[in-house]
Amino acid sequence: MAIHLRSAEELEKMHRAGLLVYEVLTALRSAVKPGMTTMDLEKLTEEKIAGQPGHAAFKGYRGYPCMLCTSVNSEIVHGIPSPKRRLREGDIVSIDFGMEVDGYYADSAVTVPLGKIRPEVLKLLDVTRESLDRAIDKMRAGNRLGDVGHAVQSWVEQNGFSVVREFVGHGIGTRMHDEPNLPNYGEEGRGARLQEGMVIAIEPMVNAGRPEVRMRGEWVAETADGSPSAHFEHTVAVTANGPWILTRPREVTGPSW
Amino acid sequence: MAKQFEDKKKGDKADSGNPKEDAIEVMATVIEPLPNAMFRVELENKHQVLAHVSGKMRKNFIRILAGDKVAVELSPYDLTRGRIVYRYK
Repeated sequence: MAIHLRSAEELEKMHRAGLLVYEVLTALRSAVKPGMTTMDLEKLTEEKIAGQPGHAAFKGYRGYPCMLCTSVNSEIVHGIPSPKRRLREGDIVSIDFGMEVDGYYADSAVTVPLGKIRPEVLKLLDVTRESLDRAIDKMRAGNRLGDVGHAVQSWVEQNGFSVVREFVGHGIGTRMHDEPNLPNYGEEGRGARLQEGMVIAIEPMVNAGRPEVRMRGEWVAETADGSPSAHFEHTVAVTANGPWILTRPREVTGPSW
Repeated sequence: MAKQFEDKKKGDKADSGNPKEDAIEVMATVIEPLPNAMFRVELENKHQVLAHVSGKMRKNFIRILAGDKVAVELSPYDLTRGRIVYRYK
């Protein structure tokens, strides 16, 4: 297994891509309203990155048709934006976006509530967001990959939710999906040791019900039991001063989303 | 975009890539002995299979006679050949 260690210049390049991703996701997050379609979000993205350096990373990746993944309610990941999919009050939509700038990739995602949502669903979002924060906190040299996955799994399961097994976080750099795999489950003390220069996209995917996944078509993954699913993601680098969230400005502090 | 992952250790597909692990173990009755520690055995589904005695059993001097009930491992690649791995009381 070959995990790349990135130099300071490479991290800067990835950070540039990461900032664009953050800009897009933050804009979409405020713009999304009940009544919009998921294709509206895709169009907004196209407008936002026109004229910016680099390219949207998902479009054309293994044949994926769009720049965004928009996954509504029981859809876990890889929902395809569609003019037929209209968002309603009470829905949650996870928006996943990636950019490639100057040869380097960044990948991030956020799950957004539409209007007022049920308290259990709100709890799902809070727990998933928190699980990402706990995972990021483990991204320090000397820790192991299993520590990160375990942090997500234990927090999620303590709160009565479940962790998706079929999809994993991933190393990222000159390729969108690289080594190592970072499952959202794991045992502490196991797995490769984290070193300075490693960059991993951490993406907890959490189901309110059972962890089983059902595919709908070639891309869309949804919960087998129909329960809602949340997804948050950041591209995080291991540095001498601790974890560095490349997909957000350095000045922003506090919870990752 | 999440990376799709199939955990080879947990999957229950018939082929994990290792024929030794994918072998199907069945109970059978020995019909007749053949030369060279080979036996014709009959499975519960009435199929007859050519089986040889496993090295472990030979090493421990375990005798097999016609009429014994034995456990047979069948290869996923050829369901008419097997390996006798256990003799039941």
